[in-house]
Amino acid sequence: MSHQIISPLPGIFYRKPGPGKEPYVNEGDTVSAGQTVGLVEIMKQFSEVRAEFDGKLERFEIEDFGVVNPGDVIAITS
Amino acid sequence: MAFNILEPGLSTTVQDQGRIGYYRFGIPQGGSMDQYAATLANRLVGNTVAEAVLECTYIGPKLVTEADAVIAVTGAPVDIYVNGESVPEYERVTLKAGDELKFGVIKGGTKYFIAVHGGIDVPEVLGSRSTYPIGAIGGMEGRAIAVGDRVPVGASIDNGLAELSAIAEVDRPVYSKDVNVRVMLGLYDHNLSANGLDSLLNSEWVLTPVADRMGLRYSGPGVEWKDRKQPFGAGQDPSNIVDAGYAVGSIQIPGGTQPIILHRDAVSGGGYAMVATVISADMDLVARCSPGTKTRFVAVTMEQALEARQKNAARAARIWS
Repeated sequence: MSHQIISPLPGIFYRKPGPGKEPYVNEGDTVSAGQTVGLVEIMKQFSEVRAEFDGKLERFEIEDFGVVNPGDVIAITS
Repeated sequence: MAFNILEPGLSTTVQDQGRIGYYRFGIPQGGSMDQYAATLANRLVGNTVAEAVLECTYIGPKLVTEADAVIAVTGAPVDIYVNGESVPEYERVTLKAGDELKFGVIKGGTKYFIAVHGGIDVPEVLGSRSTYPIGAIGGMEGRAIAVGDRVPVGASIDNGLAELSAIAEVDRPVYSKDVNVRVMLGLYDHNLSANGLDSLLNSEWVLTPVADRMGLRYSGPGVEWKDRKQPFGAGQDPSNIVDAGYAVGSIQIPGGTQPIILHRDAVSGGGYAMVATVISADMDLVARCSPGTKTRFVAVTMEQALEARQKNAARAARIWS
């Protein structure tokens, strides 16, 4: 069963916690419910985007530094 | 009576009609960023226009009411849940003591407003309950609400009006990703070249994610300034002026690249040329715009601006009668 990780916010999506850091998660990695997969920056605040279910992160639908809107699918897990 | 905050949301602040009369001392007027939407919520719950509400930004709070309460949510489209059951926006909603209120993903716009009968009853600071986070005054201890806050709700009031259970579709704000914002040119449009003025008024500007209660930044083609010798006291860039007061809603273009509309929590003065000013009737429209909104600045005359203000006032008078 595949699940979508949705952005609740508009802003800029980041896959890394900071410049020069490793990505939170890579495609193909296993993720657990509540695990952070990226950040969305809006109004100088960085909000963590988390997986809702245990599974495997199949793919990102938004690239690093990509623009997101509320309701956009950021990644798919299975 | 109070609301207990389980989750605060992204930036939920107490707001009212604003803190008028202190701008000359550097204290911005503040208040609900979309005044019209906020007053609709107050109308539904039987308040006056002056009661404070909760302004939610993109992500709303999750809260539990300590006592029975009458609430309404207005503004940007969003799903609303009471104990997990969907309830309508733009309608009066009755909560029982212990009920939990939470929100889904926002479906457009930026801000929605929660009014409660009796109003949010934080102490007034300089005549207003509005939160001004930069100045750390108003609202809950001068900041956005936080987990564990007990947000006080005021005693019942009588606004003397007939009960209104829902806002008619025609009276609800529209949330568009493509807008015309009316402006009056000035005070420093004379610093733009003819091409610069043409770019400002005849280009499409796109709202960037850099947008909040203080200001909203747009990307677009940029503008060109007249060649001039910068006067003593002004910075070297042609977008600089000798420091001056900023009108609420004024548009500055630092470096001539990205226009910034100064909104309700903006600084009251500085050294950037204000090329135009959003008319008061369209400040709520600007507040509703989410990142990516295509925007054109349309120049109007003072007469047209006053007519637009009058039209808004007439609509408000009808809703509040």
